[in-house]
Amino acid sequence: MSQKVVLDRDDVRRTLVRIAHEIVEKNGGESLAIVGIHRRGAFLAARLRDQVAELVGEPVPLGDVDISFYRDDVGLREPADPAGPVVHASHVDFPVEETTVVLVDDVLFTGRTARAAIDALFDYGRPKRVQLAVLADRGHRELPIRPDYVGKNLPTARSERVDVHVEELDGEDEVSIVTGSDITIRRTEA
Amino acid sequence: MKRHLLSIDDLTRQDIERILRRAESFAEVSGREIKKVPTLRGRTIVNLFYESSTRTNSSFELAAKRLSADLVSIKAQGSSVDKGESLKDTVQTLSAYDPAAIVFRSPNAGAAALVARWTSASVVNAGDGKHEHPTQALLDLYTLRRRTGSLEGLRVWIVGDVLHSRVARSGVLAFARMGCHVTVCGPPTLIPRGIEALGCEVSYTLDGLGDADVVYALRMQHERMSGGEIPSLREYAARYQIDGRRLGPSQLLMHPGPVNRGVELAAEVIDSPQALITQQVESGVVVRMAVLYELLAGQGGGTGGEQSQALTVSERTEPQPA
Repeated sequence: MSQKVVLDRDDVRRTLVRIAHEIVEKNGGESLAIVGIHRRGAFLAARLRDQVAELVGEPVPLGDVDISFYRDDVGLREPADPAGPVVHASHVDFPVEETTVVLVDDVLFTGRTARAAIDALFDYGRPKRVQLAVLADRGHRELPIRPDYVGKNLPTARSERVDVHVEELDGEDEVSIVTGSDITIRRTEA
Repeated sequence: MKRHLLSIDDLTRQDIERILRRAESFAEVSGREIKKVPTLRGRTIVNLFYESSTRTNSSFELAAKRLSADLVSIKAQGSSVDKGESLKDTVQTLSAYDPAAIVFRSPNAGAAALVARWTSASVVNAGDGKHEHPTQALLDLYTLRRRTGSLEGLRVWIVGDVLHSRVARSGVLAFARMGCHVTVCGPPTLIPRGIEALGCEVSYTLDGLGDADVVYALRMQHERMSGGEIPSLREYAARYQIDGRRLGPSQLLMHPGPVNRGVELAAEVIDSPQALITQQVESGVVVRMAVLYELLAGQGGGTGGEQSQALTVSERTEPQPA
């Protein structure tokens, strides 16, 4: 098993600053909101929100969504962690109508998580527009989903795994590719 | 988690914690404009009620609908049960629709366990006679924890008609499992012998009630009484009714409903801010959503309903909980 760091702490910081600028550039003057996908996407969303708010000079609403109730593999999963999955609640306590909502996730892989997050978001109302920002895009899409903002494109084999660490949860900011024969692909939000 | 929820004994403390946390995230769903998630889309849930019920039935219905399951609700009155169909035949008939879960209420203790042997669906016991009512106990835990923050070490007194109460049996097990000290209290004729074995103490008077953090009053179940258990409701009320005098200002009050006003509870305490009775009803939907979710979609969730296997009913030899 080997691990290759592709984005270190400074890279992650610079990448988020760039994405924040791109978000503002693309949506100048529009009503904006940032919504993170549990778990690590929520932390990245909080940082992006602060930066975007600073750039536009006004408050930007922040939310987060837990997609467990929207998965398309309910009942098909293997029992994994005996302690059970971490349960989150979603928080979208601002009106999404007339708003451009930027969904934020750490890794974009099959696109199924993004699909579920869009469904979850629509239960809160009808956003004017939904955009997707990800720190890493590793390919292997199974759905017609395309990110609007990408931190880094990481061409990977299916057998590899992309690990995103965020300071709030893991004590460090880092994106790495893990290769090894014993890896079973797991969903990053698990 | 096991495939069925027949008794609180089927759940570990970890299972209960997970259900309560899950219920909290469903509480968020229930606060939305659109109170519905697609989790159980395309799956069928059968509500089979052989005994009257308002709260349990309606909250299970809402829970199933808010999870986007297809729901069939059957009451004994007006169904083929009136024509003399046996429970086994009814269950087998309904199982032919390939339901993922059967929510079952019966006036007979142990009936839910029987049903679990006759179907490949997950069975949820929604009350079987005097035996158990596990989802009631779970929503009680949920309601209480929302108020107190933690359950560990709470002293809970369960007062009244313990003998006929499935709520009491599930309640004692559930409160004890979560680290509460449970005392059951009532006239000796209404306390079943040997109930200490479930993990509680027994008191025949309200003398120690002042020590309780939570007073859980039970409904006097006239309809199950043969007469002779108590001299009169008035005499019962004189000795065991929870009123403003007996309930301390810092004690919380719970009741599974429906309340006999003026019997087990005095009107003044029912409407006091110490009473969690309305919150208990509110919790019913989200806790039952959490139970259905854990059984059908959660970790190690049952596969009932996924394979449309022909029922080889009597041959099924799955281990049954005692």
